[in-house]
Amino acid sequence: MANIKYKSKYESPWASPEKLYTINTGDWRYQRPVTKKTKCGHCATCYIFCPADCITDKGGYYEADLATCKGCGICARECPTKAITMIREVRED
Amino acid sequence: MLTKGVTSQRKVLTGNAAAANAAMLCQPDVIAAYPITPSTEILEVLYTFQAEGLIRGQMVEPEGEHSVMSILIGASICGGRTFTGTSSQGLFFMYEPCIYAAAHRLPIVMVNANREATPAAVSSSGQDIHMVKDNGWMQMHAESCQEILDMVIMAYRLAEDPAILVPMAIAYDGYYLSYRSEAVDVPSQKQVNTFLPPRKIVNPILTIDEPMTVQPGMTPMIFTEYRMKHMDAMQRAMTKLDDIEAEFEGIFGRSYPGVIEEYRCDDADIILLTLGSCAGTAKVMIDQKRDEGIKVGMLRVRMYRPFPKVQLAEKLRGRKAIGVIDRDVSFGWNSGHLFVEAKAALNDMEGKRIPMLNFIGGLNGGDITIKNMKRAVEDVHRAAQGHDYAHVTFFDVG
Repeated sequence: MANIKYKSKYESPWASPEKLYTINTGDWRYQRPVTKKTKCGHCATCYIFCPADCITDKGGYYEADLATCKGCGICARECPTKAITMIREVRED
Repeated sequence: MLTKGVTSQRKVLTGNAAAANAAMLCQPDVIAAYPITPSTEILEVLYTFQAEGLIRGQMVEPEGEHSVMSILIGASICGGRTFTGTSSQGLFFMYEPCIYAAAHRLPIVMVNANREATPAAVSSSGQDIHMVKDNGWMQMHAESCQEILDMVIMAYRLAEDPAILVPMAIAYDGYYLSYRSEAVDVPSQKQVNTFLPPRKIVNPILTIDEPMTVQPGMTPMIFTEYRMKHMDAMQRAMTKLDDIEAEFEGIFGRSYPGVIEEYRCDDADIILLTLGSCAGTAKVMIDQKRDEGIKVGMLRVRMYRPFPKVQLAEKLRGRKAIGVIDRDVSFGWNSGHLFVEAKAALNDMEGKRIPMLNFIGGLNGGDITIKNMKRAVEDVHRAAQGHDYAHVTFFDVG
């Protein structure tokens, strides 16, 4: 087993957060929100409705942080100006 | 006082008292347990030791076994040595945190006085411990009260080994061993201290100053990696057991045969495969049948998880027929657990398929008698000569 290159140096998930092998909870998303900046009214509806709390103010428009966005699509549904579209994720492998 | 003196003292102890003596000598930082038949006596003996001032660690008796294991998990994550004893419904009630303890690779040691698995059946059988065999713990089965004591002491060495770090359950037949009194050599505290130093911490542990994430969510890739590491560690335990037993013999003067015990197997054509206390009955019958000229031997599986499949296949190679004695049932396979395990192990063996016969008995406190063992040897002997045979036989039914 010596020739296996392990991702973690530990035998089990032991460690303080900075030493831990961290995962992005957005990894299992099947679709992602894409904001059309010109259509965004900067009303913060998406920011308020997002259950993962992953929408950030980019100055003039709002956008999802894809590390934690799970692609539920609530932001796209609630957006009053229809500035957000859900795009299907495609995995290379 | 037990701890005085350099050499061991011979005492008359029940299996439960032997387990409690071993636990006391290993000086756990935290002992938690909840009373349940037939292992309650362990707690009684431990509390007596505590009253005599022989236990330095903390003893906790929470509201149930789920909390028992949860307390031990917390203590073990913080670097402590821990101990508990349980049986049957108690073991099932702590099943969920037991899985957690294994996945987090905490070197907790427990003893289980094997008991039948339904609340109404308060008597002996191996059913409870077999039903938890795949929870990620190591499992060893004892045949005598002395072996219980020695196994518990060695369990800490094995579980806490930096190359292993897997919790360990020492199982012994409830009633037959838990309440049977035998002469037991109780080692001195000094001997145990020489053999078993305090737990060496090699992995990150939880402290108030340095908080850490405990069992976070994982992706399939990293989870699969941890699973591989866990299984590899358990495989390493089998060879490590031989080293530890050799060292044990040097200090305590008692030798043990590793993962499987052999009895009169050298020239044996047929073999009885056993687990736990019924091995003694099998040995008596084997002596009788040997006198009659039947070449029969016995193997007793001592380490059940990890299962010594390579060693077992090696020892069964070239035999003419095998009988497996089970004090438990595997629902769905219509046979006993050990039978299923042995069949799987033998599938790797080269050469001709040999008859394998399963005998089930001793459920809910029933005896596996000399008469039962006689029938097993005779049935296996007939199968070895080419006669038809039943794959599974229930002793004393019909």
